[in-house]
Amino acid sequence: MTDLTKLTIAEARDRLHRKDLSAKELTQAHVKAVEDARALNAFITETPEQAMAMADAADKRLASGDAAALTGIPLGIKDLYATHDVLTTAGSHILDGFKPRYESTVSQNLWDDGAVMLGKLNLDEFAMGSSNETSFYGPVKNPWKATSGDNMGKDLVPGGSSGGSSATVAAGVVMGATATDTGGSIRQPGAVTGTVGLKPTYGRCSRWGIVAFASSLDTPGPITRTVRDSAIMLGSMASYDAKDSTSVDRPVPDYEAALTGDIRGMKIGIPKEYRVDGMPDEIEKLWQQGREWLQDAGAEIVDISLPHTKYALPAYYIVAPAEASSNLARYDGVRYGLRNVGDGSSLDEMYEATRAEGFGGEVKRRILIGTYVLSAGYYDAYYLKAQRVRTRIAEDFREAFGTVDAILTPTSPNAAFPIGEKMSDPLAMYLNDVFTVTANMAGLPAISVPAGLNSEGLPLGLQIIGNTFEEGKILCIADVMEKAAGFDAKPTNWWSK
Amino acid sequence: MPNLEGALHMSVDEKTVARIAHLARIKMDEDKLGPMTEELNTILKWVEQLDEVDTENVAPMTSAVETTLHWRKDEITDGEKADDITANAPRSEYGFFAVPKVIE
Amino acid sequence: MSDMMKTGIVQGALTDWEMVIGLEVHAQVTSNSKLFSGASTDFGGDPNNHVSLVDAAMPGMLPVINAECVRQAVRTGLAIGAQINKYSVFDRKNYFYADLPQGYQISQFKYPIVGEGVVVLDMDEGKTKDVGIERIHLEQDAGKSVHDQHPDMSFVDLNRSGVALMEIVSKPDMRTPEEAGAYVRKLRTILRYIGSCDGNMEEGSMRADVNVSVRKAGDELGTRCEIKNVNSVRFVMQAICYEAQRQVDILEAGGTIDQETRLFDPNKGETRSMRSKEEAHDYRYFPDPDLLPLEFDDAFIDAARETLPELPDAKKARYAHDLGLSDYNAAVLVAEKENAEYFDALLEEMAAKAGKAKADVAKQAANWVISDLFGHLNKAGLSVTESPVSPAAGAELLALVADGTISGSVANNKVLPIMWEGGKSPEQIVEDEGLKQMSDTGELEAIIDKVIADNPGQVEQYRSGKDKLFGFFVGQVMKATQGNANPGVVNQILRPKLDG
Repeated sequence: MTDLTKLTIAEARDRLHRKDLSAKELTQAHVKAVEDARALNAFITETPEQAMAMADAADKRLASGDAAALTGIPLGIKDLYATHDVLTTAGSHILDGFKPRYESTVSQNLWDDGAVMLGKLNLDEFAMGSSNETSFYGPVKNPWKATSGDNMGKDLVPGGSSGGSSATVAAGVVMGATATDTGGSIRQPGAVTGTVGLKPTYGRCSRWGIVAFASSLDTPGPITRTVRDSAIMLGSMASYDAKDSTSVDRPVPDYEAALTGDIRGMKIGIPKEYRVDGMPDEIEKLWQQGREWLQDAGAEIVDISLPHTKYALPAYYIVAPAEASSNLARYDGVRYGLRNVGDGSSLDEMYEATRAEGFGGEVKRRILIGTYVLSAGYYDAYYLKAQRVRTRIAEDFREAFGTVDAILTPTSPNAAFPIGEKMSDPLAMYLNDVFTVTANMAGLPAISVPAGLNSEGLPLGLQIIGNTFEEGKILCIADVMEKAAGFDAKPTNWWSK
Repeated sequence: MPNLEGALHMSVDEKTVARIAHLARIKMDEDKLGPMTEELNTILKWVEQLDEVDTENVAPMTSAVETTLHWRKDEITDGEKADDITANAPRSEYGFFAVPKVIE
Repeated sequence: MSDMMKTGIVQGALTDWEMVIGLEVHAQVTSNSKLFSGASTDFGGDPNNHVSLVDAAMPGMLPVINAECVRQAVRTGLAIGAQINKYSVFDRKNYFYADLPQGYQISQFKYPIVGEGVVVLDMDEGKTKDVGIERIHLEQDAGKSVHDQHPDMSFVDLNRSGVALMEIVSKPDMRTPEEAGAYVRKLRTILRYIGSCDGNMEEGSMRADVNVSVRKAGDELGTRCEIKNVNSVRFVMQAICYEAQRQVDILEAGGTIDQETRLFDPNKGETRSMRSKEEAHDYRYFPDPDLLPLEFDDAFIDAARETLPELPDAKKARYAHDLGLSDYNAAVLVAEKENAEYFDALLEEMAAKAGKAKADVAKQAANWVISDLFGHLNKAGLSVTESPVSPAAGAELLALVADGTISGSVANNKVLPIMWEGGKSPEQIVEDEGLKQMSDTGELEAIIDKVIADNPGQVEQYRSGKDKLFGFFVGQVMKATQGNANPGVVNQILRPKLDG
């Protein structure tokens, strides 16, 4: 049984199509893995019955020869995606009891391809966080544990906001998971759990039916064990959606076909501004190693400059909270979720009591920042300024892509840290996204690939950033790097009884 | 209306935070105002560095995506699903959403 | 009060004050579906039945713009000669209210779709006044709450939530309640003409927010108050009168006016402060990140222009200039598109029947429509589109008057009522009822001679100066002919005979 949870999506697909394996068996194994992994606290809602029913349907399709790449593949869905009649919480108390009467476009794409849903995955509340510690449903534990150093024996964070997604993929509990990336929430969790996290180009995957955090930044994408699996999942998740005005009408290419293994002649940019003060030597070394891997594969390394890099994070912390403060205004106790009437005296009282009880501290903090920067007198100085800086950041990349094919950077300035360690200092937490947030601000695709272990025995990732709609190219480079890195470490199972 | 020159160098006081919390309809207890004000000021101080960027004549980014607005045909394609609309309501009566009385 | 209506002057205890009035009219766009969702815009319907997930602001929902609403806004701008902006942006207007599910309204703040234009008011005695339009923008309508169905709950219905509105903002160019009334009426006429809004104020498809301030002659503008959601022309004028007086009373007592939002209570005829909007508004406008800028080209604008009908001002000028109608009659016919359409159809029929030019039959047609047809329609409580008498039938009737078969009064008092019941043509009715006008001079002369002979006393009185008795003789002739005598011919024969 346990072998089945060690398969990659590509391997499982091949065996399913060869009738070597049934969808039922495959899902059965993963349903058990879900049960056994409750110590990770990665699921908010498990859906074993639905999973088995979907597996049955998948077997029928496989039998009739009408199967797609993901038919019969058991996946986890980040609890930010609306799933029909299944509790959808966004990791928040304010959506207590909310069962949508609709399905998000991206998850519907997966079901249309015959994939199987194991359940809804834990996340930072409203996708706001880098450690999955702000969830109303409690923190998720990283399956990885330090094997040396001060953090031995401690529970570590799986990254965030897509902590449930990264933890379950890393632990072999789901074969792949959907996630979203607004400032790094796919790539950073990927990096600290040794999994592959892909953030597509903004507008590549539909946002319809995904709880909105920051509209101009939110990007749905997959977390998987391998680059090939990532290509397979993206091929199903991506589509043009007329119900989303920011969706881009471009055909979805065959991403797997892009994995040619050949990157000869490609130019890889190394931006000097990504060398930040206090960055651990190990990460610098890994970055250097990454350059060598790609050079050995025939690529050319080019030094580039992205001058406005350091301003991306502060600009993000104006734009994202501003949009969030408006997007979260609908959580008011009137039409769904939690209602707290306060002293019952008025509608305003109900709003204030509901939102005070329903939102956690980080969400409140960001709503207040966002409300402030949009308020009368401050809009020009903050929001408009940040949007202008954003244009500058995008210009930096546009200029760079005039000379290079892709850009290589570390994904995260640190490995997984202990749960609770950074909660008292919001800025310390925000800095986790310093390498990832630039791609969100410019709307570019980027992928994190597991590249090595640090001295504590914890995974580190390297990031490849590409030009708009060049997912195929960055997947190709990532595939080459993945092979060169040969990262095959797995976390030791401490979580199942 | 505050003087916008160097406006990024503003900090907030508790009174302002209370006002913003009300704008955002989030009840804040007196004892939570202090810590929140500090946290917000830490963040506001940190974003002040954006002042260093020359953005003269730079257009604010209107969209992260290169595409044009899609226009929908004027057809009735939705509605007639009152049950779905009120299915998750904490309180509904006769098909309406029910809320504490509003006095105008 | 009625003087204030016309003059706009409030006679304070200490001095005279003048009013400054601006109107923001919210007009629901005529379209099948809503501005950003595919739900129906139909009025009425069971609660929350014309609501999509987007209108209900469910988590993860996104707006998609309705092409027809864009077209209608452009057509409206063109109809008031306004600047059309090929680039405009949707902004979020953020505030909390039970009928606003998103917690923000998608509107246009900085870059509206239509810029400056003008509406020409038709005032008394053929005078006109130009009222400037500042801008028109598109925005979502809110839902509706009812507060009187339950002791401690309000009920929210989102059917109206998301319906497209055009907010038409005037410049503060009006100075009297009458002007404000004329403005609303004219705007409504224009919108109905082009079909971009049905202008039904009772149903709420057109509402006015009235901005009123007062000042002493020569002073700067005073602080204004906004009276929201006034839903009839009469109420607009009443609200202005009350509000202006209220402000004058405060100022003369030494107080100041608080800039606030108020509601008009038609039962009391008063405005009162809206408690829920007492605090200063900070809407935190910013461009909606779920949408992109709205852009279109000259070809789109030209295509929209092609669809505009002849507009009221142009039509009125043509009626007066080409058809020779009086300004008053032209104005009455033009006030409702359906009136003008009926009139145009009638002219068409009459001209064809008589083989004459339209200009030659226009006056007769206009007078008949306005006095006779409208008279009957008003009594029956029908609109011109519900008229049981078609333009073709009206043309037949008028042809009988034109050729002398019947008199105008017989046509109106005897034939038209029977036509109203339906089934019979005017010719048939005249035939059946024996209404053919007697015009034969020989016959009439004989009858007149008899009437004169039978009434020597009255003849004596008439000849000694009682001119009014002429009517008595005409009446006697009518009696003797069952009302069928041609009055013109009777007068021609009778007068010389009586005068002797």
